[in-house]
Amino acid sequence: MKDTPLSNCERDFLLKAIEEKKRLDGRQTYDYRKIKITFGTDYGCCFVDLGQTRVMAQVSCELVAPKESRPNEGIMFFNLELSQMASPAFEQGRQSELSVKLNRQLERCLRNSKCIDTESLCVVSGEKVWQIRVDVHTLNNDGNLMDAASVAAISALCHFRRPDVGIQGEEVTVYSPEERDPIPLSIYHMPISVSFAFFQQGTYLLVDPCEREERVMDGLLMIAMNKHREICSIQSSGGIMLLKEQVMRCSKIASVKVSEITELINKALLNDKTARKAGGRCGFAESMPQERITALKMDQTSVEMTDVSETVSSIVQTAEAPPQTVPSPLVPVPGVGQIGEGLCNTWGLEEEEEEEDDDDGESSGGDSVAEVTKMEKEQHKDDKSRK
Amino acid sequence: MMRRTRRRKKEEVEDIKCACQNLILRSDRGRCGCSSRFSITSCSAARCSMSMFSILKERVGQILLPGDEFCCGPQDTLPLTDSGRPERLVAGPGLRRSGDRLLVSRSGVLRHKEPNKFWIESQQRRYVPAKGETVIGIVTAKSGDVFKVDYGGSEQASLSYLAFEGATKRNRPNVQVGDLVFAQFVVANKDMEPELVCIDGSGRANGMGVFGAAGLLIKLSLGLVRRLLAPHSDLRADLEQLFPCELVVGMNGRIWVRAASVQQTLILANLLQSCDTMTAPQRQQLFRRIQLGAL
Repeated sequence: MKDTPLSNCERDFLLKAIEEKKRLDGRQTYDYRKIKITFGTDYGCCFVDLGQTRVMAQVSCELVAPKESRPNEGIMFFNLELSQMASPAFEQGRQSELSVKLNRQLERCLRNSKCIDTESLCVVSGEKVWQIRVDVHTLNNDGNLMDAASVAAISALCHFRRPDVGIQGEEVTVYSPEERDPIPLSIYHMPISVSFAFFQQGTYLLVDPCEREERVMDGLLMIAMNKHREICSIQSSGGIMLLKEQVMRCSKIASVKVSEITELINKALLNDKTARKAGGRCGFAESMPQERITALKMDQTSVEMTDVSETVSSIVQTAEAPPQTVPSPLVPVPGVGQIGEGLCNTWGLEEEEEEEDDDDGESSGGDSVAEVTKMEKEQHKDDKSRK
Repeated sequence: MMRRTRRRKKEEVEDIKCACQNLILRSDRGRCGCSSRFSITSCSAARCSMSMFSILKERVGQILLPGDEFCCGPQDTLPLTDSGRPERLVAGPGLRRSGDRLLVSRSGVLRHKEPNKFWIESQQRRYVPAKGETVIGIVTAKSGDVFKVDYGGSEQASLSYLAFEGATKRNRPNVQVGDLVFAQFVVANKDMEPELVCIDGSGRANGMGVFGAAGLLIKLSLGLVRRLLAPHSDLRADLEQLFPCELVVGMNGRIWVRAASVQQTLILANLLQSCDTMTAPQRQQLFRRIQLGAL
């Protein structure tokens, strides 16, 4: 399905508004939309809301053989998916250009910056290492997917706990979460990307463009930084010419924004930790506000609690006996045995229990269905004799 | 309780009152409106005690959900002679007749208009084209004699270049890709491609055509748009108090706004988008704050 096309009057209006330093939702030029970070019940699941843009990241781990060039380092794998529910413009099937671009940016931001200590992911050098997989799903697109995805990915990585591993000589034991507490990944720093949209050949810039602003922009500059003011990755797309001062100015703005966002992530992680410790309910379902407009109301139904065993026995006594069924004959073919303790077989083994043989004496055969019914009948006979 | 009539000839009209007191019979082996067959001697109208009209009237203003039904059969078919008042119901959008029952097919509030129209008013954002409705469309392509227009539905509608006022084969209208058009549907059903025109029956534009020099296009829910277009809408009255502005309202949920300055246009757009779910007092409070210049 195609997305709604942008009309000429919208484009003109947006550009005019940007010239007057006005944005559609009333933000200032350097303002971010409201960021909300929530974590799911599992470790490593994180939802990020950037205004109306919504993104989910999930981290999982697996033991695999390491790469041959790096036998004592773990593997990090990133995958960003543009889901169809995010926008009617995202189609299923082959990867679109935007999807490839976002994937590459996410990889460069997180992998090349070496924010995770991959050597600590090694279990047995050359044989077994942890592969950490980060899956980011876009749930709603209202502009600036890259920033939301990077915040979600790094928050999920900080939130994730991998199973504890014990090595004794040659033996490697992976403990389940019930046996030993899972341990967090060792993260050196948190790279976060900040996007700048440029208009009118680089004259005007906006931070955190929303979807309509993204449609009319000329180019995009993405700077990934951490709070120690180290630039992890810079990418410019759209083919605009930028001056050196503009790039320097953008990096200064980015450092301010990144420190704010890092604080927000840390606060969210702390809240989640205290909630889990206090035993309170945490997770995605709890973070959604309950807005009820209808309530399910059911009248009380009475449950009958009278004892029915007497009526049952009277019914059974007065009822007719079930018709006699003749069991199909079982012919023991040499080499065939019935499965089950005490049933006959032709293997010539010693029988410990002689009495079962008497019951089986009449019946013999190789039909599996007949064998099953035979077993059930045996059961009934045993139960009745016990009673 | 039944009153028996005297023996009558076939041509005479009976005047028997069924046990459901509201309805009066027309023929002797007819059906009472409570859908129970009976003869002159008896009426097994135990099931019904009121007509459907009054049941519906009672529930006007309540929220109904799909699956709710009103069973108490509809009024008799046309009487042999025309005396008496037949109670007819006109079931509007959201209500559907199925045999003897009236089924609700949409969730919303039941509304009533005198004398006998009932319908369900619901909120939705996805527009389904209907003949005669005026919408705002965006021209996406020009192919030969026809423009392709996107109106927010599942396919694009076609708009012929001759469907403008004063357009001839030589005198083509000045429409570019990306322009906004205000048009109405002449063909809109689920089996054919929808068609739009920018003229009315007599060939005049009547407000339709290309527009939109300097305003902003926003998308709202269909319920809000219908409220804006209602005859004595208090939402419109509140808007009039604010500041002078121009609005073009399309039934597909798209609204084009223009005010004196960019700031005022933006304020208006944001106001409309947020007052969808507000009650009237909340909305008036918000508007008052804007008038005082707080925002």
